[in-house]
Amino acid sequence: MSERKLFGITVLFHTPDEIIHAASKVREAGYKNYDVHTPYPLHGMDAAMNLKPSKLGYITLAFGLFGAAFALLFMYWAMSIDYPMIIGGKPFFALPAFIPITFEVTVLLATLATVISMLAFFFKFPFNSHPLHDTPYMKAVSSDKYGICIEADDVLFDLEKVKALYKELNGQNITEIYSSVVEPFKIFEPKFLTLLTLVALLTSGATYITLNKLLYITPFDWLMNQSRVNVQSKSTFYADGFGMRKPVEGSVARNFIPYEYMGLIAPVVPLSNTLIPSNDILSLGKKRFLTFCSPCHGNYGDGDSRLNNQFPNPPSLHSEKVRGWQDGNIYHVIVNGQNVMPSYASQLSRDERWAVIHYIRVLQKAKNASPSEIIEAKKEILSNVAK
Amino acid sequence: MNIDYSQELPVIERRISLAEIDRLISKPLDEKPDKKFFIALSITGTLLLIGVISISYLFLYGTGVWGLNQPVGWAFDITNFVFWVGIGHAGTLISAILYLLRQKWRTGIARFAEAMTIFAVMCAGIFPIIHMGRPWLAGYLMPYPNQHGLWVNFTSPLVWDVFAVSTYFTVSLVFWYVGLIPDFGLLRDRTASTLKKSIYSIFSLGWRNSHRNWQHYEKAYMLLAGFATPLVLSVHTIVSFDFAVSIIPGWHTTIFPPYFVAGAIFSGFAMVVTVLIFVRKVFDLQHIITLNHLDKMNKIILATSMMVGYAYGMEFFIAWYSGNPSEQFVFINRAFGPYAWAYWIMVTCNVLIPQLFWFKKIRTTIPIMLVIVIFVNVGMWFERFVITVTSLHRDFLPSSWGYFVPSIFDLGTLIGSFGLFFTLVLLFTKTLPVVAMSELKAVAEGAQPSHNGGKH
Repeated sequence: MSERKLFGITVLFHTPDEIIHAASKVREAGYKNYDVHTPYPLHGMDAAMNLKPSKLGYITLAFGLFGAAFALLFMYWAMSIDYPMIIGGKPFFALPAFIPITFEVTVLLATLATVISMLAFFFKFPFNSHPLHDTPYMKAVSSDKYGICIEADDVLFDLEKVKALYKELNGQNITEIYSSVVEPFKIFEPKFLTLLTLVALLTSGATYITLNKLLYITPFDWLMNQSRVNVQSKSTFYADGFGMRKPVEGSVARNFIPYEYMGLIAPVVPLSNTLIPSNDILSLGKKRFLTFCSPCHGNYGDGDSRLNNQFPNPPSLHSEKVRGWQDGNIYHVIVNGQNVMPSYASQLSRDERWAVIHYIRVLQKAKNASPSEIIEAKKEILSNVAK
Repeated sequence: MNIDYSQELPVIERRISLAEIDRLISKPLDEKPDKKFFIALSITGTLLLIGVISISYLFLYGTGVWGLNQPVGWAFDITNFVFWVGIGHAGTLISAILYLLRQKWRTGIARFAEAMTIFAVMCAGIFPIIHMGRPWLAGYLMPYPNQHGLWVNFTSPLVWDVFAVSTYFTVSLVFWYVGLIPDFGLLRDRTASTLKKSIYSIFSLGWRNSHRNWQHYEKAYMLLAGFATPLVLSVHTIVSFDFAVSIIPGWHTTIFPPYFVAGAIFSGFAMVVTVLIFVRKVFDLQHIITLNHLDKMNKIILATSMMVGYAYGMEFFIAWYSGNPSEQFVFINRAFGPYAWAYWIMVTCNVLIPQLFWFKKIRTTIPIMLVIVIFVNVGMWFERFVITVTSLHRDFLPSSWGYFVPSIFDLGTLIGSFGLFFTLVLLFTKTLPVVAMSELKAVAEGAQPSHNGGKH
């Protein structure tokens, strides 16, 4: 096995004092590429090996500061710029309320960065193929022995000199460690190719199922899916497949009884008012009048709304013509519309239209009463008060 | 008694060799599990199954299966969450704070306590997720760029909770794993089985016990401990903000953060002692986890018990001193209202019973100690119950007052969380070394260089 390359020479010691002494001697002899292996960290070994203090702390500091700055700036951006929203009367940049998360992100990033950089960059882990693995030396130093290994690539390395140094230090089990011959990895080995194929299949299959199936499973959809035909959906019951059906011929929607004179200019036999002008009806009529009629006709039916001079002026309801109309004529205008006035059939139900007409009559009476009528009304009010 | 307090007691009783430490601690891993282990596992597995059934039922029918309703909208879910997060705090306290304080005795119990932290946080993490009506939307708690263009409310204590608990879990796990790496290396070199060897090799990452690595490793351990210390205080502080930032009388108090942290350490230590009593017996570790350890832990339990007792008293004082009638009503109602039974269980278990730990005889007698720490666990669960339920059940509007009674599914979920915790603990004792071997060796007698006859 001439291909086997010498990695280094190891030696074992039994007590902590011996190894500290040995380590300082090895260092004094000028070796650079050597390592001490102990089952637990030994105090005083840093000084014996003359190691510089670990630089790990700088990484922790850098990532900790980065974490703090990132968290704070991110929250500032999210809560003040991207989607500004006032919550609990706090300012957009609510520093005290941002501190908990800033702290947590700092700790998280600093911790992960410290551990990952220690393992990956300081230790170059994972490294299970190191020549020292699987040797009796490694088994001894991981349990209860203390060992030194001087590596063959040290400039001062000389097999006999190193052995002599170890003997002088009274070391036990002096062993030469050889690197196993590194075989070039055969990529086209069937086993490896099968593994790769399997991994590819598994990954793509899992991705497909996750993205196309799992993501579309609704966990609980009892409210969503009920046994009925939804709007715009297909029916299997009807031959034509339409889920939405036309109403039966002649169906009338509630409160939408058709008006027989629709579209006529003046009905021949106008309808008569179906309601008695009670207090309730008049206040309903007032409400509807103020909502739907007053925007054009004015609050008292004078045609003096603020639309004056912007449209063809809305007519007054106190004109001789309108006062002379039967209730049915006004009803016809409300339902059918007239000139620029549109139909109010869909805004006002039948009863509401009649109530509005009663209210219009009240307005007309109030505006156009004769002096004798006013005296009568006053008398009536006084007699009501006297009662 | 004539005790020399200038000399620390040895961490390990009777002098044992380093190789014997290895053998003793990896014995449970080398041997096949025996009948007793399977009996214990079947019991905890049954409890876990009860929890699984309760939670499945909850998912199927919604949170209506629980006993909570207006005005008590938060009950067992938040009680259990705070209880388990609190249990977790002992582990980080032992591994981080006691490490920074150079308390060598922590090495015997640190690994176990850290593992318990991780399991307890896992138990705690279940509750916030299942208490949402639609638990599959838990991902919305994380800020991610989404099609709604919305971010989570970073000023809400509930979002702080998400960050705090997930950071705490991650950091505890990393801390635990970093501690395990040298032990994986040792197990890899000890084992004869090929399968075990490959598994240990993967997890050891090729650890070589090199001092050039140990140097950075110790530095990293110190840095992690330095971070975990404020972290452990921050986590329960933030959990207490869930209550303290609201405006409910009985919750809206500034004493909550320190009060919660003290309570967390109190309950966590009680749980660690409860489990360690069994572990040291079953795995024959009496001289590694010594009575001295338990004695010191019981002292900490006593100290934190008095802090918690102080907080209970201070809450009443402030209720009176503030002159706020709503606050006064809540506290009188807490002690003498419909939930007085829960309040007095809490006071008895948390303040009165631990006073027995003033006696050294009781601190070092295992059966009595076991009874006391179990009472402490019960009391600390009731503390969270009292805080949550009594503050809610009689709010500002007397017409909506109510009385919370847990349903069978509330109880099943609580039992299930204990099942999960103890199942994980059992599996841990059989798969990983329960004591940090490399750390323990470092504090064994004669393990450190004498520097020429003890002259520093």
